[in-house]
Amino acid sequence: MSLSAQDITRIASLARLALSDAERDRMQQQLNDFFSIVDAMRAVDTQGVEPLAHPVGAVMDVALRLRDDVVSETDQRASNQRSAPLVERGLYLVPKVIE
Amino acid sequence: MTTSTTSLSGPEDRGVAGWARALRARECSAVELARAYLDRISAHRELNAFLALDEERSLEQARRADERLAAGDASPLLGVPLAHKDVFVTRDFVTTAGSRMLAGYRSPFDATVVARLGHGAPDQGPGAGMVTLGKLNCDEFAMGSGNENSAYGPVLNPWSASRVPGGSSGGSAAAVAAGLIPAATGTDTGGSIRQPAAFCGITGIKPTYGRVSRYGMVAFASSLDQAGPMARTAEDCALLLSAMCGPDPDRDSTSLDVPAEDFSRALDAPLDGLRIGLPKEFLGEGVAPDVRAAVDAALAELQRLGARLVDISLPRTELAIPVYYVLAPAEASSNLARYDGVRYGHRARDYADLIDMYEKTRAEGFGDEVKRRIMIGTYVLSHGYYDAYYLQAQKIRRLIADDFQRAFEVCDVIAGPVAPTVAWPRGGHRADPLADYLADVFTLPASLAGLPGMSVPAGFGEGGLPVGLQLIGNYFQEARLLNVAHRLQQVTDHHLRRPAGF
Amino acid sequence: MTSPLIQGYEVVIGFETHAQLSTQSKIFSRAATAFGAEPNTQACAVDLALPGTLPVMNRGAVERAIRFGLAIGAHIAPRSIFARKNYFYPDLPKGYQISQYEIPVVQGGSVSFYLGDEKKTVRLVRAHLEEDAGKSLHDAFHGMSGIDLNRAGTPLLEIVTEPDIRSSAEAVAYAKELHKIVTWIGICDGNMQEGSFRCDANVSVRKPGQPLGTRREIKNLNSFKFMQQAIDYEVRWQIEQLEDGRAIEQATVLFDPDTGETRAMRTKEDAADYRYFPDPDLPPLVIAPEWVEQVRAALPELPRAMAERFVRDYGLPEYDATTLTQSQAMAAYFDAAAQASAQPKMASNWIMGEISRRLNAEEIDIAQAPVAAATLAALIARIQDGTISNNAARQVFDALWRGEGQDVDALIEAKGLRQMNDTGALEAIIDEVLARNADNVAQFKAGKDKAFNALVGQVMKASGGKANPQQVGALLRQKLGA
Repeated sequence: MSLSAQDITRIASLARLALSDAERDRMQQQLNDFFSIVDAMRAVDTQGVEPLAHPVGAVMDVALRLRDDVVSETDQRASNQRSAPLVERGLYLVPKVIE
Repeated sequence: MTTSTTSLSGPEDRGVAGWARALRARECSAVELARAYLDRISAHRELNAFLALDEERSLEQARRADERLAAGDASPLLGVPLAHKDVFVTRDFVTTAGSRMLAGYRSPFDATVVARLGHGAPDQGPGAGMVTLGKLNCDEFAMGSGNENSAYGPVLNPWSASRVPGGSSGGSAAAVAAGLIPAATGTDTGGSIRQPAAFCGITGIKPTYGRVSRYGMVAFASSLDQAGPMARTAEDCALLLSAMCGPDPDRDSTSLDVPAEDFSRALDAPLDGLRIGLPKEFLGEGVAPDVRAAVDAALAELQRLGARLVDISLPRTELAIPVYYVLAPAEASSNLARYDGVRYGHRARDYADLIDMYEKTRAEGFGDEVKRRIMIGTYVLSHGYYDAYYLQAQKIRRLIADDFQRAFEVCDVIAGPVAPTVAWPRGGHRADPLADYLADVFTLPASLAGLPGMSVPAGFGEGGLPVGLQLIGNYFQEARLLNVAHRLQQVTDHHLRRPAGF
Repeated sequence: MTSPLIQGYEVVIGFETHAQLSTQSKIFSRAATAFGAEPNTQACAVDLALPGTLPVMNRGAVERAIRFGLAIGAHIAPRSIFARKNYFYPDLPKGYQISQYEIPVVQGGSVSFYLGDEKKTVRLVRAHLEEDAGKSLHDAFHGMSGIDLNRAGTPLLEIVTEPDIRSSAEAVAYAKELHKIVTWIGICDGNMQEGSFRCDANVSVRKPGQPLGTRREIKNLNSFKFMQQAIDYEVRWQIEQLEDGRAIEQATVLFDPDTGETRAMRTKEDAADYRYFPDPDLPPLVIAPEWVEQVRAALPELPRAMAERFVRDYGLPEYDATTLTQSQAMAAYFDAAAQASAQPKMASNWIMGEISRRLNAEEIDIAQAPVAAATLAALIARIQDGTISNNAARQVFDALWRGEGQDVDALIEAKGLRQMNDTGALEAIIDEVLARNADNVAQFKAGKDKAFNALVGQVMKASGGKANPQQVGALLRQKLGA
């Protein structure tokens, strides 16, 4: 199993990462090296094994905790937008969104 | 304030417990103590351990602590200084997670851990009243084993400036080892508390996953991230962990409904009959002889204290590497999607359109290792590969957790090295990112199983560099681990040794 | 199921409806869900995906999902999973939407309704909980878009049907029935202008017996009128393509009410790869059977069941029953009037006639009607026992509506509308009328029925409209020996 340059380009675009040609080539090399150690995993027989999400689920049932439907957050727009790159009249500005 | 300055300038550092006693005995004030430590910090900038300092904010916190002390508040940690790994968001200090992406980021709220150790929050009570001296350097988004992936430069190992301090909590480990602070918080996803603690010769514990709230921790891998204390002694770690633990029902759905404990309670319990399991996979030829020797010496001490060694096997130890490096990047690729230059953080200066803005912003904001893991994670979750990678990894994760449960049928705690070698030379792994991954082999299994694990100074190896003994307990057995570590530290002095020049 | 063909093509439609759940707080945060606040003032740290924030599930949203599942006879999953749907969009703060993928909370079920007098049933695949996104205000500022995240994190129930719908009319009928159900059981305010109830229609066409054609998804149909227009246009367009030998390409399209046309949205090549995986921040949602039973016990009688009861117990025609169960208030009003008057059909006629007309004219809801159901029942009783005529009843009703009084009998007396049931007085009038109209009498005897009607009219006139027409007719026939 080996990742092609096209694979790298597709993944980078899915991940919204701009890569120079040099970075892409290096990435392709490094990811293929990486997947060489990952392939050991594929040989393991996991027939009928339940995937483990919350690790403590291995020994006890972990169920979603539910919160009462109560509003307690107040308007914090000013402090929430303190680190925003571009804001006007309370709106975050981004390059035009085309649908 | 002579007491504390002299004691600080001198070799001896009273540690968390010692300073807590001194503060309650009015031997010094929280403000004096904060000042003295801030002086030490500015005297040792060369370590590059700190990313953010704000003397005014710190002294203000110290004044509040002194007021509480004056009012007779008996909180055990009141007024004791600490610093936080920069992945915990704080109101009083900038939070960057070691990334250019978050340069200058100001959080409008404190992480639950920060609030509980510090001065509380409306929904977190008054807090332990510790004084935050700053934010500590770390690998970018906690991704790394050598602290060489920080956008703000590497942290030096106080024991040897040419060596890495370990990672990702390298700033925390180096600062404690150098006596710049009595204690620090760290986070451990695949070993990021235990390994730097080992490389810097201090004590650190990663509790059971779900014990400590993740709210306010900049997320790396949600199902693995867990916060814990790093300090000189197990006794100090116990004090801090007692204040950090406990459910956070309103903020973190993965925090468990397990009440906080007083982890100092059982520190002195005898070790007679304690069964220590030694996984043969942890002691193979992969372990450097100097590390093996220090670990054996520590185990011998524990036997003298009444413990019994039991041979066990964790057959899937090596598999933990691919499993972890599939799961953690997968979760990270999704957790880091929020860094898009829209609401906070870095945004590229020039862009043609929306997608270009995203791609340039993320390319400029993230470092190489973070990009690599985002790419790996995106790929293993992508259409047609999910079952073969992510799902398969989660299944093997259960097998690994089951292996531990079988092992704990014949032993009470598991012991072994934290890492195969002592701290490696800085730049040593630059050519080969995989080398970092492979060096995590002994810390990853407990992380995947969500088990508590800690690193205790075991001695010194090649070049006089520290070696850590790893202790792994069953779920919620933190008190037992701290007890074993504390008894060991009562008969050894590795944890009290200070690197030359500090 | 017979389905109408268009130019020999069968239309196949499946629906995806996003119903905003009427909770106070958001699905994963404690910020308010109220509509229309200043931009980003109701987007808290969690909604904005600030570093370190985590989701905590709202019980109210789960409870509403259970309510819906029970209302449509679905299976409530005892254990369901939240997943992340990963994609980049400015109105999606985390870069992923928390939704349910492999194991949704509501599974199966169906929605039945009448199309004309044919009963239709649309099967549901699933209904799952997810979070709403924010809003992009296009061209808000010098060519840039403005992002308002107040809506981000509002709880949604996405309701997905099988491709069981065969015409635009059936599609609208389904959507109206679903809208009725969610508002009826109080899980959604149903406000389509504010986007509380948004429909996407997956439309394809095929020759009968052929496998399903390629579908195009029409997004955000939030008016029943546009829904029908959009689907009709889309169907015509697809048939044209096929007739011209062009293949349909799967696409997401938007309906433009101004042009009346649908146009394909710009879709990114990678849009399809959402990289779903279970959200590690949210353990499985576990719903105990006891909880389901509590919710079931608190569920109101549902519209379809109520309509069937009206037909069964009150003998109403299906048309009346369906019309009267359009809203819970209307149905309750009818139920009360029908029981109090013991005249269900009359009550139905009054509500569907006089009352509906006035409600529409004044654009008010039956809940605000000035005439209570009990008052209507009293009025109907007076018609029934012959105290007043239908004409008189309308006058009384008008007075009641205008608030001249609430006591039916008092108004009848005050307006002197009581019918004359005193035979003696009536006979006197009749004799007089007969005396004055010998010619009509003669014509009647000659067999001209119209003359009889004229006589009845004269008597009614002479009685000032108070005579009971039936009684007048009977007495006249007696006297004329007919």
